[in-house]
Order: sequence, then C-alpha cells, then structure tokens
Amino acid sequence: MTDQTFTEADRTDGLEPDMADQNHAPASTPGAATNGDAPSIQPMNMIQALNSALDIKMAEDPTVLSFGEDAGYFGGVFRVTDKLQQKHGLTRSFDAPISETGIVGAAIGMAAYGLRPVVEIQFADYIYPAYDQIVSEAAKMRYRSGGQFTSPLTIRSPYGGGIFGGQTHSQSPESLFTHIAGLKVVIPSNPYDAKGLLTSAIEDDDPVVFFEPKRLYNGPFDGWHEKPVSPWKAQDLAQVPTGKYVEPIGKARVMKDGGDVTILAYGTMVWVALAGAEHAGVDAEVIDLRTLVPLDIETIEASVKKTGRCVIVHEAPRTSGFGGELSALVQERCFYHLEAPIARVTGWDTPYPHAFEWEYFPGPQRVADALKSVMSGGR
Amino acid sequence: MTIKNTQPLSLRVPEPSGRPGDAPDFSHLQLDPAGVVERPEVSSAPYDMRDHAFRLVRVLDDEGRAVGPWNPKLDPDTLRRGLKAMILTRAFDDRMHRAHRQGKTSFYMKCTGEEAIAVAQGMLLSREDMGFPTYRQQGLLIARGYPLATMMNQIYSNAEDPIKGRQLPIMYSAKDFGFFTISGNLGTQYPQAVGWAMASAYRGDDKIAITWIGDGSTAESDFHSALTFASVYRAPVILNIVNNQWAISSFQGIAGGLETTFASKAIGYGLPALRVDGNDFLAVWAATAWAEERARTNQGATVIELFTYRGAPHSTSDDPSRYRPGDEHEKWPLGDPLERLRQHLTVIGEWSDDQHAEALKDAVEEVRAAAKESEAIGTLGQSRPSVKTMFEEVYATEDWRLVEQRREVGV
Repeated sequence: MTDQTFTEADRTDGLEPDMADQNHAPASTPGAATNGDAPSIQPMNMIQALNSALDIKMAEDPTVLSFGEDAGYFGGVFRVTDKLQQKHGLTRSFDAPISETGIVGAAIGMAAYGLRPVVEIQFADYIYPAYDQIVSEAAKMRYRSGGQFTSPLTIRSPYGGGIFGGQTHSQSPESLFTHIAGLKVVIPSNPYDAKGLLTSAIEDDDPVVFFEPKRLYNGPFDGWHEKPVSPWKAQDLAQVPTGKYVEPIGKARVMKDGGDVTILAYGTMVWVALAGAEHAGVDAEVIDLRTLVPLDIETIEASVKKTGRCVIVHEAPRTSGFGGELSALVQERCFYHLEAPIARVTGWDTPYPHAFEWEYFPGPQRVADALKSVMSGGR
Repeated sequence: MTIKNTQPLSLRVPEPSGRPGDAPDFSHLQLDPAGVVERPEVSSAPYDMRDHAFRLVRVLDDEGRAVGPWNPKLDPDTLRRGLKAMILTRAFDDRMHRAHRQGKTSFYMKCTGEEAIAVAQGMLLSREDMGFPTYRQQGLLIARGYPLATMMNQIYSNAEDPIKGRQLPIMYSAKDFGFFTISGNLGTQYPQAVGWAMASAYRGDDKIAITWIGDGSTAESDFHSALTFASVYRAPVILNIVNNQWAISSFQGIAGGLETTFASKAIGYGLPALRVDGNDFLAVWAATAWAEERARTNQGATVIELFTYRGAPHSTSDDPSRYRPGDEHEKWPLGDPLERLRQHLTVIGEWSDDQHAEALKDAVEEVRAAAKESEAIGTLGQSRPSVKTMFEEVYATEDWRLVEQRREVGV
C-alpha cells in the first residue's frame, strides 16, 4: 500500500533546503531536560518536533517503542522516526510488515502487556485495514473488560491533502474515529503543539489516534498555493524547546483573537482560516481545536457567544464530517447568541481528486466567501 | 497458441459430506492411529517437520492405552484433575444452556466435545502466560479454578458481574487467570496475542502467550497478519486452531479445509505445525508442552491444529438440525474427550465407575451451588450494576460529554 515514488516527491515539497538538511539530523537532544542541561529552544519543523517527542519519550521510558512500515532503519517515509533505531536500538524502533491490522493488533497486545507502543500508519488513507482493531478492540478494551485491560497506544498517521496526493494520499478520515467511543483524536497544526501533544498522547492511558497534517510537515500552508511556501522557522510556533514538555489533550488554542466571527479549524485548515480571515478583512477569532475528542467545548462556546457567528472549516468531506458535530454543538449551546446560520467550508462529498486539487481543497478564498456570507446574515 | 475451453468454466462451491437426513460420512478423514506419529525435536526446523501438518498426533488408542512417543506420561493425579475439570466444564455448560432456556439469560455457548483443549492447555500453562481465547475456551477458566458463580454473574449481567453488565454473556475477562478479554469480533485476538508475546520478548520476560481461533475464523485477515508477525519477530506464542468442523452452519470446507489441513497453513509462514487429536487429552497436553518449550527457549511460535467436533449447537440461537446430520457427533470417529480420558484412567487402574459417578455428581452439585449463589444476586433483568457504570471506563476519566449524558439519564 505504499507508493514510494509519491512520498519521495512529496517529502521535498515546500521544504527549504536548510530544513531538508536538518531532517537528517534531528535538532532535539534527548535527555536535555532530564540531565540537568539548561533547556534550549530551537526552530523545528513539524517532522523534527515529532521526532523529538518520540526521542525524548523513548529515552525516558523503556516501555515506549515505535514501529511501522519503513519506520525503523529508514526512519519513515516522512522521516518522523529518523535515527530512533540508531539511537535506541533495533527492538525499540523497528520495521513492520505491510499489514495495518497486524501493526495495530500487535500494538494492542503490547499495550495490554504494559508497553506504550507508538505505531505509524504510513498514510491515514491506509488505516482502514486496521479499522476493526482500532474500533472493536483498542477503543473498547477498557470498557469491555471492566478496566482489567487497557490500550495505552498511540497511532500516528500522516493525513490531509493539498499535496497532489490524489485519492489515497490525501484523505482526512477523522470523523470515522471521533464517532467511536473510547478513542481520542488529536491533530496538531504546528511544531510546538505537535511535540507537546504527541508527548501527551504517548503518556495518555487511552488509545490516541494522532493525525499529522503532512501538508504542514515542512512549513505552514495557508492555501494560497500559487504563492511561495514559507518555512516554519519564521513562525513563533516553530520555536520548540529541545527538552520535554506537554500540551494538554482536550484544550484548544486560540490562534487569533477576534470579535466578528468564530472560525473553528484544525490541522492545515488553521492556517487557511487565518489567511481567509485576512483576505476577507473580517475580525475573526480563529480557534485551533487541536483535539477533536475530547473537545474543548468551553473555549468554543465562549468564543461563539462573544462573536455570534461561526464558520467551521475542515478538509474532510462535508456529509457526516466532524463539522456536522461542531455545528450541532454550537447550535445547541449558542442558539440565542447566533446572528447567522453556522457555515461549513469543507471538502466536497467526492473522493479526493488529483487534477482538481485546488477546486477540492477548501482554500482561503472559500473561507473568505463564507465569512462574508456569515457577516451579512448568511445570505 | 490459444487454449480453448473443452467445456464451459464452472464454479465450485464446497459441500459437506452430510446434510440433515443423511447418514454421517467421515470416510474422507485421514486419521493416524495412536502412537504412530513421531515426535520431532523441539529445535526442529519447520521445513523438516512439514509432514506433521498433515498427520494426526494421537496418544490414546482405542483401548484407552497411552502409546507412542508423544505420551506425556502424566501422573494419575494430573489426569484425574483434568478429567474432573472437563466434567465440571460440561456440567457448567449444561446448566447455563438450561438457564437460557429458562429465560435467566439472553445467550449461551457450549463447548461440548472440545473440553480437552482448553482444560489441558489451561492446566499446563501458567496464569502468568496470557491466554487470548475465543468464546469457546471456558474450560481454561474452569480448569484454573475461576469461581463458577463469577462466570454466572457475567452470564446474568447482575450486580456482581465483574465486567459490569457491559458485555454479552460468556465474553469473560479474567486478567488474574491469564484470560484476556473476549471480543465478539472474530480473529482480532490472534495478532494481539502475538503482540503480547513480542512485548514479553522485548522486555526480556519469561512469559509466553497462547491463543485460539476456530477453523472458520482462519479465513479472517487477522489470522494471516498474526502468523506473519509471529514468524517475522519469532514471537513466543502458541497459535491454536480449533478445527471443530463447523463455523455456525458452514462446514470447514468453506474456510478452505478441503484443499489442505489448517495446520499446513503454518508451513508457508515458516512456522512449525502440529496437527493433533483434539479429543485426546494426552495428545493436546503433549503438543502444547512441545510448543511451550519451543516458545520459552526463544525458538518462536508453533501452530497447533486441534482436530475435534463441535458437539453442541453453535449457540443458544442456533439449530444444527437444519444443516447437518443429527447424529453426526455421536458418530465422530475421535469419540468424546471425557469418555476417552475416563477409559484411560480406568485402564491404568486409577479410576472406577463409582469414582466417575461420584465425580459427575460432585460437578453437578458444585455448579448447582454456584448457580444458587449467583441467582441469589439475580439473573438477567432482576439485578444489574448501577446504570452510572454504563458511562464509566470508556476512558480513564470521564469527559464532559459523558458527564452530561450521564446526567441526562439521571444518574
């Protein structure tokens, strides 16, 4: 299920040369926070930040191990597990057969034993063979056993579009997991959160599906695809402590304060939302949800009650997407504060196309249009 | 050159040798006599023992004597404990099947005819070794002395159900007894057992895993992934295939059993395979001990096909008279595991008819006492855990949704 040709091409997409070099020498120094060295801060891209989180957790906790297709010696097709095998040993970071159900099934057994496995599904588009293991087993383990067995595992998977990945390298299947009781779903949008949230996910006693927006691996992407891509290092959220820290699961981040309208987004769409608001000239409050389950409903509710308007943005198709849940929650909790219908800017209800990448991808223009519409009462 | 069809293509759909009204026909089975299959060295290369995947390891002969190189030479006390545990398992099954008919629970599944498998393996391995069972290994819990009343509490989903009324009856979970939480989803426990074994090896532990799958479920993709992982990572796991000939109404040919044996599937993965008379307590014990030694000495996994017959209906929701000859079980050439061990113990002078009658009586009495204890708490619908517990343990801690929903229910 791996398309090596594609991933090679994708890996350099939008990557500054100096950042590419850094990919092969992770910036983080594991143990920096624990051996008494003064913690330092370095610019990292999302790959390096994720790598640093894994590196530190593996150094700190012998029950943490990492495996997946090409995730061992080679360090992953996106380099997230780069050098972990060389640093921590063959049995701590290893290659797996091309069997998603085997990878997750084995990880569940390991977690039941008492380990904290972090497994990689090469693309979210290929998580479906493991769906039975995730939904029927990992999610329900604690509940069905009366707490005798638990599944403290993390399933990492690159997701999302905007990279000409076509049908099977672009999908955003988060709603298939948010619908499942027992799973937590986390999606970072920047290097700082990626490291802090992955660290939290590994330490969490529940199974966490951790989707990594691969469009953001090497730099923020605001959806203006004809403009040059900016590097992460120019961003505040790419200034990442080399030592250990955690970002809480279940807490949103307000990316930009605003008074006119609330935008709910996650993953790549956070940056698109910021660009869309700027393009529309609307004073939007942009909330990066960061975790879909558990959801930070308090932050959402407070914001919409303040602004009276809400636009929801995600890449996944509209019907039964997570936006439907968000819209329902906002309507239930903020009905008397709403001054316009809630709008959803999403992927279309089609498979993810190749040639029509930018007609499909919900870009800043579509966000801006929705904002203007909502500001004029939804007409 | 073009190859032309001499006749139109045709689709083959396998059919069992007998349907309702037919006389049972087992003439197609190739069953080795007891004692003839050699016992390879535990260190044998899988390649060198391929024949074992097509033979049948048997110890007890038709006269009840233990013969051949696989004789585990168990002491009489162990044999008697095994027989008593099998008797107790059958008595438990009978009682709970009846409890379903009496409306005391919603569902039950017997393991009639398959008792030797889980009982022997449960006795042989340690509680520290994790078992990843299907829903037909209740003998493992019973052989290890798990309280029968607690099993019944689970079946009745009453206030003392250890898994709090959340699961369908018989989906037990007993960590302290080396019994992993049962799932309704078939085959999923197979790669999990491999992962558990990998974890034990990763940690330099001395524990092994053991798992079971039915003949029908070997067709699930998890069977393939488990064998691949077990082989690749040389996981210390025993991979049992309980071939009881039937997957609900589908005979084992529908799962691929006509073309080859289930044991032989191990060959393609480079795993050693043993094919064993599943109704022969001694053969099951010996084969499992072989696989155990292999796993504990870091030589990896073994696949064991346990050849048996599902004597009872698939479940209380099933009527086998609609798809198989009514007397097929009585005609099963490998007999009944209880009777065969009884015969053996009798032949060696360690068991008598009186002892047997007493053991049957004791088992019924033990089950009755447990039922009394459990039913005093309550059967299905008469007693149940607090509704509040419905919202607990979805996660390590309740999130706001569950708190709100729990309040919506008013608890």
